[in-house]
Amino acid sequence: MVYLTRLEHFNAAHKLANPNWSREKNEEVFGVCANENWHGHNFDLYVTIKGEVDADTGFLMDVKKLKTLIKEHVINKVDHKNLNLDVEFLRGKMCSTENLAMGIWHQLQPHLPAHVSLHCIKLYETARIYVEYFGD
Amino acid sequence: MHEQFCYIVPHMPDKVAVYRKEHFNAAHRLHNPAWNEEINDKVFGKCNNPNYHGHNYNLTVKVVGEPDAETGYVIDLKVLSDIINDTVLVKFDHKNLNLDVPEFKHLNPTAENIAITIYKLLRPKIEERLYLQVRLYETDRNFVEYPV
Repeated sequence: MVYLTRLEHFNAAHKLANPNWSREKNEEVFGVCANENWHGHNFDLYVTIKGEVDADTGFLMDVKKLKTLIKEHVINKVDHKNLNLDVEFLRGKMCSTENLAMGIWHQLQPHLPAHVSLHCIKLYETARIYVEYFGD
Repeated sequence: MHEQFCYIVPHMPDKVAVYRKEHFNAAHRLHNPAWNEEINDKVFGKCNNPNYHGHNYNLTVKVVGEPDAETGYVIDLKVLSDIINDTVLVKFDHKNLNLDVPEFKHLNPTAENIAITIYKLLRPKIEERLYLQVRLYETDRNFVEYPV
């Protein structure tokens, strides 16, 4: 078993605000992140896959193909977007980094080749804050 | 006969550069209201998204001067940190630059214009004898400096 990680980036706006709560409660729970007019981040996305190395190529998976899959199914949907307004797979969900990482897993996982498993989605919201999702 | 060397010691001003790094997160969009959507899309591409996007901005503030004889400081970096926080970060952090920051009401919030704006906000707060320069990272790979 070997693990392979690809790092991608995207920039997006979001806010943390529960539509069922008052403005006061949202500010109490989410503080500056509840700003009605949005704020934003440079997100760093680490996608780790695992599996056995192919004897003929020496690859777990062609990283160029992995890059294309991440770009097509994740980056194109979130980069330079408003996560709350523009991203179909987050519709009706709170746009926390936790939910975003889980959403990215479900976007990507069905498109990986059969011999490869998705191991981890690691998503940095800032240099000091990140979440990891292992699919369970 | 031995050659005579004359060592000229140039006057070296004892100037030192000190730096303070800060960061803020903000949403923005690049858009020129004088242009139609087609031109805006052509020039600013995905940065023109009407629903905004955002960045983690990293800000480095450089101050140059001679260390004070009594303190040994060019500027007390805690004081500089407080000035940046009170003058810039409270205005910009977790904000929408286009909507929440009056300076960008009629100014496109490109990294260039944000750096110039930060400089203008800070300059009156820093002693005139000190040189001030702002470096702003919009991403790890895109950054600007002002003044040059």
